[in-house]
Amino acid sequence: MSNATVVVVTSGKGGVGKTTTTAAIASALAKEGYQVCAVDFDVGLRNLDLIMGAERRVVFDLVNVVRGEASIKQALVRDKRLDNLFLLPASQTRDKDALTEEGVASVINELRMYFDWVICDSPAGIERGATLAMRYADEAIIVSNPEVSSVRDCDRIIGLLDAKTKTAEDGGRMPKHLMITRYDTERAKTGDMLATDDVVDILSVPLIGVVPESKDVLKASNVGLPVTLSDENSPASKAYTEAVRRLLGENIPVTIPEEKKSLFGKFFKGRAA
Amino acid sequence: MNILSLFGKRGESASVAKNRLQILLAHERADDGSDAVLISNLREDILAVVAKRFDIDPDSVRLEMDRSGDVTTLGIDIELPSARAS
Repeated sequence: MSNATVVVVTSGKGGVGKTTTTAAIASALAKEGYQVCAVDFDVGLRNLDLIMGAERRVVFDLVNVVRGEASIKQALVRDKRLDNLFLLPASQTRDKDALTEEGVASVINELRMYFDWVICDSPAGIERGATLAMRYADEAIIVSNPEVSSVRDCDRIIGLLDAKTKTAEDGGRMPKHLMITRYDTERAKTGDMLATDDVVDILSVPLIGVVPESKDVLKASNVGLPVTLSDENSPASKAYTEAVRRLLGENIPVTIPEEKKSLFGKFFKGRAA
Repeated sequence: MNILSLFGKRGESASVAKNRLQILLAHERADDGSDAVLISNLREDILAVVAKRFDIDPDSVRLEMDRSGDVTTLGIDIELPSARAS
């Protein structure tokens, strides 16, 4: 019997890469051989199924399970590529009160028995869905772009993680990891973008990874493959794979993988050498 | 492959994305929850039939649906107790 670590992927702001991060981290953990379940908490606007390429096979969802209309095992969708990776999809219902605290508690408790890792994809905002996604987490991955509004919203979320979660209420302090996404090394160098150190300074959360702005992320979502499965050599994939090693406890320095040089760049690099 | 991709104007992945969205949205717009009801009912019918011959755990019957453009396939996976014992 497993006793999973439950991780919430959260940010406050929308569009920063929570779902991409959830899919990439869950897949990378599964590639390491762990039993992994990714849970979509974005009730009403599910998308993790689409990013993981499982959208055609969704029958039951989280709300069906919470309401007792389906068992967890019936609702879990097994990944087509990795048979130790599962998805618990969100529902498309417009009912805002579809999730209850007790319902979510019992789903998470059951998932803890079956899996090594449960990765919860939080909806944007600070409403019910977001607070329930973090409620029973053991650890949090906070996703931020190097951009002012995103960093500010992360700060709000950190406040909630330290006040509204089960861990916090029990007097504990939830371990947090900062994932900076859509990072552009060049622009940070020229001072046109917040650098990783700036964001770490402001939020005081240790860095787990820096994902560079990469064309591969959109390509991966187009075809429904988490970026860590679609192209192992892409900078985004490398960044997520490194982050997973840190999540697993390895102490390795954070690097910022770079986009492959264009043909033009290669030509000049070749000439210079 | 469409003609544009021959000229490198449009990557393969964008047409995959469009195709996936078309299939998904056609199902979502028409969805009235009947898939879930159908699967639930089917599962109970299958359980009843199999239970006549085997003493099975209700959780060991898995039904999976896969919707593509024109056809929807249904996969039924039943774990039999004798197979589990061996």
